[in-house]
Amino acid sequence: MMAETAPQSNWVKRIEPWLLLAPMLIVLATVTAWPLARTAYLSFMHASLDDGDLPRFIGFGNYLALMKDGDWWHAVRNTAFFAVISVTLETLAGVAIALLIDSQIKGRGALRAVMLIPWAIPTVVSAQMWQWMLHDQYGVVNALLIKLGFISHGIAWTAGAGTAMAAIIAVDVWQTTPFMVLLILAGLQIIPRDLYEAAKVDGAPGWAQFFYITLPLLWPTLAVAILFRLLDAVRMFDLAYVLSSKSRETATISIYARQQLVDFQDVGYGSAVAMLVFLMISLVAAIYIQITKIRLISE
Amino acid sequence: MKRLAKTVALTLLKIVVVFYTIFPFYWAIVSSFKSGAALFSVDFFPAIDLTNYRDLLTNGNFLRNILNSAIVAVSVVTLSLIFAITSAYALGKMKFRGRGIVLAGILGASMFPQIVVLSGLFGTIRWLGLYNSLGSLVLSYMIFSLPFTVWVMTSFIRQIPAELEDAARMDGCSTWAMIWQIYFPLLAPALASTGLLAFIASWNEFLFALTFTLSDTVRTVPVGLALISGSSRFELPFGTIMAASVIVTVPLILLVLIFQRRIVSGLTAGAVK
Repeated sequence: MMAETAPQSNWVKRIEPWLLLAPMLIVLATVTAWPLARTAYLSFMHASLDDGDLPRFIGFGNYLALMKDGDWWHAVRNTAFFAVISVTLETLAGVAIALLIDSQIKGRGALRAVMLIPWAIPTVVSAQMWQWMLHDQYGVVNALLIKLGFISHGIAWTAGAGTAMAAIIAVDVWQTTPFMVLLILAGLQIIPRDLYEAAKVDGAPGWAQFFYITLPLLWPTLAVAILFRLLDAVRMFDLAYVLSSKSRETATISIYARQQLVDFQDVGYGSAVAMLVFLMISLVAAIYIQITKIRLISE
Repeated sequence: MKRLAKTVALTLLKIVVVFYTIFPFYWAIVSSFKSGAALFSVDFFPAIDLTNYRDLLTNGNFLRNILNSAIVAVSVVTLSLIFAITSAYALGKMKFRGRGIVLAGILGASMFPQIVVLSGLFGTIRWLGLYNSLGSLVLSYMIFSLPFTVWVMTSFIRQIPAELEDAARMDGCSTWAMIWQIYFPLLAPALASTGLLAFIASWNEFLFALTFTLSDTVRTVPVGLALISGSSRFELPFGTIMAASVIVTVPLILLVLIFQRRIVSGLTAGAVK
């Protein structure tokens, strides 16, 4: 089309996209690539703001210490447990609720609007709301359970060793299942309705329609939604911070890293933690994308 | 008969789902209207007692927190959208070598765990003299806002047919004019939904706000809300916390409900291909 343009404008054409991208790329590099490089650099240093020494290079010292750090591995286990359980529950509940909403035309719009409410509530607000509902003496959850006769006295949900993580998962499921529902509803809309008509004519039962039509056609949507949730879950910070502060029982890798960096002012060690978090999350994402073969960039 | 039973069962299930979804927020509203001893009894329909709201609104810090959150979120959204429009045009409408790499980089950045850059970013913010100021938050929020807005705007701009652009080119329209005079008005609805989603993300951010600000006067709502405590260790400030929660959440819920169609399309443009 533009065959006869002058050589100079050809040069302009080549540089133009980069001029348009430049401001965005510069800002993005300032907040991602550069800090990441700096974190990587600091992770090989002994740099503690506490003792006032100048930072000095200690090679893999921080990483070696981390390998033997029981609290770190505990945080890794907590994070993995939280991510797997909460994303599994959210996916199952998300599919179930989306199918329920999709089953009848009546009330679909209203239900979808309701789904937006927990999603719009700031995480810190949800955490405080549930903290209050789960309060050991005055919480509405304990009051209801006592009235129904399930328990005889209030349980300290967010403080107990076994229940704190369960409480955090419950709040996360409540808050993010609606996000799953909205994405799955959008995915269901793409499935051609006549497939179900054909299945009905052939006498296929409901479960067969679900496993042979709905699930395979929903999978691309579901796989992306699960990836988004998974990446969100492994970096969870605010829920655990507000609901059970810095308890070892619920500390996630993000909580642990911030504790080293800010509370203990151990910048070198904290940076090593952050780098390991980065490597682990990248690995999880890469494996997931490989296994599910999702295509995130369409050409 | 069987059909009726099915309808009844489905409707009951829907009621359960709605109850589960709405009850926690309903309970926050109910609790926010209780003070003193009433807070500790489980009544589902309380008398309207505005003590908590009065306390909050006469407390300068809380209003200051709201103002801070608004300033940060509006700045983040405005800057991200300006950068996102020009970037989306380049990525969605132009063919050039390296486009795939830029897209992959943006996608990678959108998956970035914030904790990873905390120590590195802390240094940058100190160096720029932004520590303990709202500027530190505007800068650091670009980390999630920019990849998201660029990604979504790119997928929106691609859906606009090329005929319009070809015609404008014939008339000698420059790229810059093309972006702002032709695409900008066409993208207005998409900008609204993307901007609203970016606004919500900034309004809710906690980790950076907790780390990069120190004084009460530069705190944002989530940090203020997480750190509210009673005047003594034995006082339970939940009535005040619930009132604050309601105040900062109701505007968001209203916005989301008003723009619900746009929001769903913004969410799915980011996630569903």
